[in-house]
Amino acid sequence: MAQIAQPEMREMPVSPVALRRVSWAWLGVVPFFLFAIAFMILPALSLISGSVQDRQGNFTLENIINLSQPFILNAYWLSIRISLVTAIGGGLFGFLLAYTVTVGGLPKSVRNGLMTFSGVASNFAGVPLAFAFIATLGRVGFITVLLKTLFNIDIYSAGFNLYSFVGLSLAYMYFQFPLMVLIISPALDGLKREWREACENLGGNSWHYWRYVALPILLPSLLGTMILLFGNAFGAYATAQALTGGSLNLVTIVIGAQIRGDVLNNPGLGYALALGMVVVMAISITGYSWLQRKTERWLR
Amino acid sequence: MRRGTFWSWLWISLGALYFLLPLIGTFIFSLRARRDELSFAAYDSAFSDPRFWEAFGFSAMMAVFTVIVSLLITVPTAYWVQLRLPRLRPIVELITLLPFVIPAVVLVFGLIRIYSRPPLALTGAIFTTNLLLIAGYTVLSLPYMYRAVDTGLRAIDIRTLTEAAQSLGAGWPTIIWHIIFPNLRTALLSGAFLTFAIVVGELVLASFLARPAFAPYLAQLINNRAYEPAALTIVSFLITWACIGLISFFGQHRAGGESQLAGPR
Repeated sequence: MAQIAQPEMREMPVSPVALRRVSWAWLGVVPFFLFAIAFMILPALSLISGSVQDRQGNFTLENIINLSQPFILNAYWLSIRISLVTAIGGGLFGFLLAYTVTVGGLPKSVRNGLMTFSGVASNFAGVPLAFAFIATLGRVGFITVLLKTLFNIDIYSAGFNLYSFVGLSLAYMYFQFPLMVLIISPALDGLKREWREACENLGGNSWHYWRYVALPILLPSLLGTMILLFGNAFGAYATAQALTGGSLNLVTIVIGAQIRGDVLNNPGLGYALALGMVVVMAISITGYSWLQRKTERWLR
Repeated sequence: MRRGTFWSWLWISLGALYFLLPLIGTFIFSLRARRDELSFAAYDSAFSDPRFWEAFGFSAMMAVFTVIVSLLITVPTAYWVQLRLPRLRPIVELITLLPFVIPAVVLVFGLIRIYSRPPLALTGAIFTTNLLLIAGYTVLSLPYMYRAVDTGLRAIDIRTLTEAAQSLGAGWPTIIWHIIFPNLRTALLSGAFLTFAIVVGELVLASFLARPAFAPYLAQLINNRAYEPAALTIVSFLITWACIGLISFFGQHRAGGESQLAGPR
C-alpha cells in the first residue's frame, strides 16, 4: 500500500483523507490486541506482579528468593530431567524415523502413514494417553499380562513401575517423537541431491557427507526442535496428572495443587513458581526459533 | 543400499510397535467388560451414561464457539496485517506464539487471579465462566489458527481480490464474508478441526474452571471404572484421528505441515 499511495501523495501533499485512512487502519487490529491483552498479557502480568508482592501487597523479592528451597528446586529438577530425557530420546527416535521415510528409501505409503500418525499422536495427549498406557503397561495391562503368561516375566517385580519417572517418560515419548518427525521431515527433504554428488565428486563417502555436509546443516534444526520438545514436556500437565494422580511433583503439578488449595501456604510463592515456568518456556521457544532460522537459510 | 533399507524397516517397525501397542492394549481392554468373552459392553455402558453425553456435548459446544471466536479474531487481523499493516507482522506473530510460552496451567492460574474478583468477577456465574473458558481455549488455539490463516492468505492474492471487489462497489463486510472467507476455506477448515481436537481433549482449563467438559469427566471415570474409560479412550483417539484426517483431506497442506503441531498438555 505504501508504494501505491506515494504518487497520490505527491499530487496532493496535504491530504486529510490519507490521515484518516492511517487512523482507520489501526482500528482493524484493535480486537486482536484487546483480546491478547485481556486473556494473555494481563494474566501473565498479574502473575508477575503477584510474585513480587507479599501477603500485604508490599513489594518484595522474597518469593523469588524462596524458589531456591529444596521442595521447589526438586520440582524444577524433576521437570527438567523428564523434559531432557524425553526431548533427547524423542528427538533421536523421531529423527531416525523421519530419516527412514525421507532419505532412507522406504516407500511413499510408509511415509504417508507415518506423517498421518504423527499428526494424530502429537495431538493425542492428556487423559486418554495416560489411560492407554495404564491399559498397556499398568499392573494388569496388556503387555504386562502378556509377558507374564508367555515368558513368565513379571516386569513389576523386576522393578518397572508405570506410575514413576520411567513410566511417565514412556508416555511423554508418545507425543514427543511424532512432533520431531513433523518438524524435522521438511528439513530432511530440503537436503539437496547436488550436495551429496558434490561430496562424492570430491572423493567423500557417506560418512564424510553426513559429518561435513548434512549434519552441520541439520544441526541447528535438530537442536532447536529438541529444545521445543523440552518446552513441550516442561509445560505438560494433564498426562502426568492423569497417570500419576499428582504423586510426581513436577512444576506443573505443584502449580495445579497451588491453584486448588494453596499447598505452598504462600500465594506469592505460587505466582513466583509460575513465573519461573514462563521464563524457562520463553527461553526454550526463543532458542527454537533462533536455531530454526539458521537451518532455514540453507533449505530454501 | 540394501543394508540401509533393512535398518530403515527395523526402525519404522519399532515406531509402529510403539504407536500401536498402547492402542491395541486399550482396545482389547475395552472389550473385556464381560467375563470370558469379548464384547462391546463397555461401549454400551459408557454411551448409556447421560453424564457422558452432557460432558461431550458441552465440550463440543465449547469447541464450536471457540472456533467461531478464534476465526473472528484471527482472520480480520491476519488479513489486515497482510494488506495494510505489514509493519505489525512481527509483533502479531510474537503474540500468537505466546500460548507456547504460557502453559495452560499457568494461563488458567493467571485467568483465575484476574477474573475471579471484582471488578471482573467472571467466575461468579456459569455463563460468564463459560465465556472465560472459551477465551482460554481461543488462546490455546491461537498459534495454530493464526498460522493456518496466514499461510492461506499468503497463497491467494488478497490485494487484487480486495481491489477488484472494491471497484465493484463491495464494502468491507462483503469483502471479508464473500471474498476472503470462501477463498480461505481449506485453511480455515484445517485450523477449525485442529482447534476442535484440542478443545475436546483439553483437561486443564475446564477442570480448574470447574466446568463439566469431556476430559475432566474421563479423568474422573478412570478413578471409578475400569472398562468404560478404555472405551472412551478409543473413542477420543478416533475423534483425534478423524479431525487430523479431515485436515489432510480438505487441505492441500502437506501432511506434517506446521499447522498440525500441538502445544504442551
